[in-house]
Amino acid sequence: MQKPMTLDATNKRSFKIPVEKFLPFLIPIIIVLGWQVSSSLGWLSSSVLPSPIAVFQDGIKLTQSGELPKNLSISLYRATVGLLIGGSVGFILGFINGMSKTCRLLFDSSIQMFRNIPHLALIPLIILWLGINESAKISLVAIGTMFPVYINTFHGISSVDPDLIEMGKSYELSKSQMFFKIIFPAALPQILVGIRYALGVMWTTLIVAETISASSGIGYMANNAEDFVDMETVILCIVVYAILGKISDLVAKSFESLLLDWQKTGRSNVQ
Amino acid sequence: MRNNSMISIQNVNKTYDNLTALHDVSLDIKQGEFLALVGMSGGGKSTLLRLIAGLEKPTTGNIEIDNSDEKSLMRVMFQEDRLLPWMSVLDNLSFGSKNKNAQNHAKELLDLVELGDYADHFPNQLSGGQKQRVALARALMTNPKILLLDEPLGALDALTRRKMQDLILNICEKQNLTTILVTHDVEEAARMADRIVVMKESTNYYEEDCPKNRNAGQIGIVADRVLGEILEEKPLQIKTA
Repeated sequence: MQKPMTLDATNKRSFKIPVEKFLPFLIPIIIVLGWQVSSSLGWLSSSVLPSPIAVFQDGIKLTQSGELPKNLSISLYRATVGLLIGGSVGFILGFINGMSKTCRLLFDSSIQMFRNIPHLALIPLIILWLGINESAKISLVAIGTMFPVYINTFHGISSVDPDLIEMGKSYELSKSQMFFKIIFPAALPQILVGIRYALGVMWTTLIVAETISASSGIGYMANNAEDFVDMETVILCIVVYAILGKISDLVAKSFESLLLDWQKTGRSNVQ
Repeated sequence: MRNNSMISIQNVNKTYDNLTALHDVSLDIKQGEFLALVGMSGGGKSTLLRLIAGLEKPTTGNIEIDNSDEKSLMRVMFQEDRLLPWMSVLDNLSFGSKNKNAQNHAKELLDLVELGDYADHFPNQLSGGQKQRVALARALMTNPKILLLDEPLGALDALTRRKMQDLILNICEKQNLTTILVTHDVEEAARMADRIVVMKESTNYYEEDCPKNRNAGQIGIVADRVLGEILEEKPLQIKTA
């Protein structure tokens, strides 16, 4: 009986992990420190770029007044609902076109045509159709996030290894078993790439939509602050967007780790 | 079904557009027989195996499998392991099984292929030989009567290959499996099979029965003769004093 042999790398890892965890934060820390030092020494005018401490204090003030949490929650609501709608439509279209040649011939060409229209160019049309209410902003986010999910789902499903499909057929799997046990897991890494890309598009679209046509949300807050030349709030809004983007990315990465843990395993044993 | 055969292939032809892959192939395979199909690339070996497996249909002719309409009595093991990388070794074995005790049976088979301690590993944690052993165990999950081997050892190194040959022979003999092996390796065929069929120009061109309990010398003689038929060369004449 063969016993699995595992290389003992514990000692090396215990030394490496703190460095690996710290490195991603190094550049942001250097930038913020450099920014603060430049502001404190008067190299940067507060009318051009207020100091990090001033931005932080502005954040506390706006949080205490309730303005930041209110605008943050409405932005999160728009982003989440838009992504859910756009992501679902993109997934369904990618799924049916990936699975059915007839559907692919019928829909894919038209979808590719619409995909090449920059979705932000639709803003005037959407405002004319839907006004500046919630549905307009949610629709824009949905349109923006639909295509990355569609393209990646379609590509993921249509490029499943034919050998695995043949193996499934030789094991007489039903169509639903074939989908859930072979096609979907095989396409999942590509689908998750699409979702991760869609998260980036989601925030970009929301910023533009809230800046142009909104009476609430982080984009509106930044636009309003610009009217009052409130540089601290403008910078704060940009930082909030950056933090939201990073959190979205971390959530997407966590999903990847959870659903694709098998990809992280490597050869740890020898024959 | 002729002559109490397990598999009876009658006048089978297979064409793809204008290309003839198989031409008038007729062959009977007895129950428990280990048959090897050898020949040059493009000779029709793998096509014939795929037709027997039901993965493709013959253009004309008939393939009869004795005593079953059930495909589960027949399992294929391919050159590529075709394991699902997102499933553990144990789940890879039991995923296609309708048996309630599939997990227990899977563990028994993993013990049989000497990988009992690897049940929770993922395929990318295994070596090529280990993956092929898992693929073999998976092929045995439904207790098939017929095992179809499509160059399963082609990508393995010589030592692992020899170990796998012994393992397959042992299992086939114990379980009295009717086995068809497609291989490029004539010596492998001579070592493992009861009968060797040379596929050439899309048909079964030549057959060679292999002696029971053969020794290395007999294996060499059979391999040389079969190779001669494939290459259309006369076998070497060994002069004895």
